Amino acid sequence: MAVLNSKVPDGHISEKWTNHKFSIKLINPANKRKYDIIVVGTGLAGSSAAASLAELGYNVKAFTFHDSARRAHSIAAQGGINAAKNYQNDGDSVYRLFYDTVKGGDFRSREANVHRLAEVSNNIIDQCVAQGVPFAREYGGLLDNRSFGGAQVSRTFYARGQTGQQLLLGAYSALNRQVGKGKVKMYTRKEMVELVVVNGKACGIITRDLATGEVEKHSAHAVILATGGYGNVYFLSTNAMNCNVTAAWRAHRKGAFFSNPCYTQIHPTCLPVHGEGQSKLTLMSESLRNDGRVWVSKKKADMRAPGDIPEDERDYYLERKYPSFGNLSPRDISSRSAKEAVDDGRGVKGGEAVYLDFRDAINRLGQPAIEEKYGNLFEMYETITGENPYKVPMMIYPAPHYTMGGLWVDYNLMSNLPGLFVLGEANFSDHGANRLGASALMQGLADGYFVIPYTIGDYLASEKPELIPTDHEQFVKEESEINDLVKRLLATNGEHTVDEFHKKLGRIMWNKVGMARNEAGLKEAIEEIKEMRDSFWDEVKVVGGAEGVNQTLERAGRVVDYLELGELMARDALERNESCGGHFREEYQTNEGEALRDDQNYTHVSAWEFNDVGDWTHHKEDLNFEYVKLATRSYK
Amino acid sequence: MSAANINLKLKIWRQEGPNVVGNFTDYDVEVSPDSSFLEMLDELNNSLEKEGKDPVAFESDCREGICGTCGLVINGQPHGPVPKIATCQLHMRNFNNGDTIWIEPFRAKAFPIIKDLMVDRAAFDDVMYAGGFVSVNTGGVPDANEIPIQKDVAAEAFDAAACIGCGACVAACKNASAMLFVSAKVSQFSLLPQGQPEKYERVQQMVKVMDEKGFGSCTNTYACEAECPKGISVKNISRMNRDYLVSKAVSKTV
Repeated sequence: MAVLNSKVPDGHISEKWTNHKFSIKLINPANKRKYDIIVVGTGLAGSSAAASLAELGYNVKAFTFHDSARRAHSIAAQGGINAAKNYQNDGDSVYRLFYDTVKGGDFRSREANVHRLAEVSNNIIDQCVAQGVPFAREYGGLLDNRSFGGAQVSRTFYARGQTGQQLLLGAYSALNRQVGKGKVKMYTRKEMVELVVVNGKACGIITRDLATGEVEKHSAHAVILATGGYGNVYFLSTNAMNCNVTAAWRAHRKGAFFSNPCYTQIHPTCLPVHGEGQSKLTLMSESLRNDGRVWVSKKKADMRAPGDIPEDERDYYLERKYPSFGNLSPRDISSRSAKEAVDDGRGVKGGEAVYLDFRDAINRLGQPAIEEKYGNLFEMYETITGENPYKVPMMIYPAPHYTMGGLWVDYNLMSNLPGLFVLGEANFSDHGANRLGASALMQGLADGYFVIPYTIGDYLASEKPELIPTDHEQFVKEESEINDLVKRLLATNGEHTVDEFHKKLGRIMWNKVGMARNEAGLKEAIEEIKEMRDSFWDEVKVVGGAEGVNQTLERAGRVVDYLELGELMARDALERNESCGGHFREEYQTNEGEALRDDQNYTHVSAWEFNDVGDWTHHKEDLNFEYVKLATRSYK
Repeated sequence: MSAANINLKLKIWRQEGPNVVGNFTDYDVEVSPDSSFLEMLDELNNSLEKEGKDPVAFESDCREGICGTCGLVINGQPHGPVPKIATCQLHMRNFNNGDTIWIEPFRAKAFPIIKDLMVDRAAFDDVMYAGGFVSVNTGGVPDANEIPIQKDVAAEAFDAAACIGCGACVAACKNASAMLFVSAKVSQFSLLPQGQPEKYERVQQMVKVMDEKGFGSCTNTYACEAECPKGISVKNISRMNRDYLVSKAVSKTV
């Protein structure tokens, strides 16, 4: 289909990015100040993009719904960031990082994008160190690395268990510098609620101020969305409470294609659910699997305490099934294996949890060594559960964590809507059907520091510096539609709270569009979501008014979008008659229960065009694997 | 896990907006001891909404103690009775059946109340805009391993960098001083080689804005360190004071 042009440059994979940088258009330094760029979201991708573009001379307006740019959810990433530095002399290279990422993504990502990601990975580490990011170091004063799932080299840089916080504070510091210089205008507590498109081009946004309720119009020559993923569609996920799909979804409704929404990552090491009142799930870094051993009892509904289960009655199922990667098998495989054990009745005391045990590592390395590596994670576990993981094994269970799908973008990270760029988790581009650990931070910063500063020029160079004024009829129309939406939500006055709807949707999504999907369940999910969407507008109760703080109203607007997205996720999963990465269709598996891809029919990116609520047109972008040979992903 | 539910009386600060008088309102709740403190407030809000009443406005985001968004004064202590955690990490097993719990916002002149338990901490960002960075542009930096840093120096810088910017130090201080927050950032860069070229200018700029924003002075009570969820040390304050004094002697500005 001609609609989707990925604009992947010609040439050998290792030369594509270099050639592209030379061939794309530039804007001379004196002219950059004539262009305004809106950046929505201030996580790793947004902050790094806003700072880097401002350094180049563009006028940047940065928006966050948080009270400060530093709060974005990138901050919660624990484990680390990958780079092909080969500081450990263990055979790493740009090509190996590229290869591992394509394979880890189960051959459903765009080769050229992934290679570029691997190429710039090393620049990211250099940049962060120069900013003063305190990465872990060896006694000789040089940087330390550790290994992560899906890789056989140690290429992950880390900052205790808070790599995300330190990287975000680095990007935030670069942003601060530009705010101080007046090159970035910072807008906090402003949620993007609409994209404005004039003459087929993105030219501004409508925001709602979360402290005052004021609806505002902002125009620019280009709009960048770096607004994260949609994992909170499940209600319970490891995402922060306020993570949402609204900015991306409203852009989708305005014409931006949404790609591969069914690719969701269920993270294997999260804390189990404690009860109905649970508000979110907590992730324990995958790095724990470097030293922790995952096991369950060999017996069903074994009610013994873990210490009373003898060694020969334990099933270290990852080590048994995947001897070469063992406990460091990729996330999708580890999650599904946990589900299999639990479905088989062999979860902890017959329930939804498996053990992550540090006994052997503590015996081998001593408790101080484990404390140094994972101290804060162990403390966090004890704070939440009241149990001491140095003494009893941790209990873990998979939870929704990351979404590989997102808005479709070309090689320049521009969506099919000219002028709309999408970075970080919000786009679909680099992780295929499954993201490897420590690759999200890498992608967010790659997009923001080292890709968009080049590629946005290619678009802006053909744009005239005249700005579309915010009193243009389209801006006025969008503003009044947002005011109408707010009024409608406040006027419904039904019987069920916003959270009740969200929880109900989350349960449908988790049960039928979660770790394992099948045709019947997906069809049910689509019908149930449609019914919920209808009842929402009769039965929802949003208290309070349009002015001032109204957190219920904020959440209501987000749930409206989830009720549409949920259906698209189910449709996408239903259309993809294969299993790949985070998308596991029960009908498509090998005799051993492994994912069965269908390369003949599904080596493509799905891109959905919004026609109306519940009505989409399906487009495809074919994926060509010229360098990494399509193969069954094996970690055995 | 899964002990019996507990019953509690909550006395929560309600204030409709920035410039109106607030007061404590009583609520009775029943909650699982495995719930977090904020999940208890979620449940309270859900029941208030069902009754058509205005829910209690409070902020939180990651609920993992790292984003610094949440922050309540619980029974007089910022982030509550358990040391070295943020409010979101406080669990109800730390309370007993029949307890009365007082819940207030972080109070400081520089943190005006927006609504109920929500405050405006933009003053922290303003301090950071003034100097919370190393002036390097994207690209053109040396290879990461060309800047070797002694392991213990890196660790000390890290201890300072662990600040989550929640503002508990300000809420804990009888003078509402921001010295712990500002000194943590100043120290991170002051300790690292990357921060040396701007060391003195940075401390002057950040202290200047800190003073302008209405934060109080430090009188060395160390309440900030005691309440800090990340255990940021008051040693950072001494380091900042030292840098500041030296900066006056060596620098052209101020």
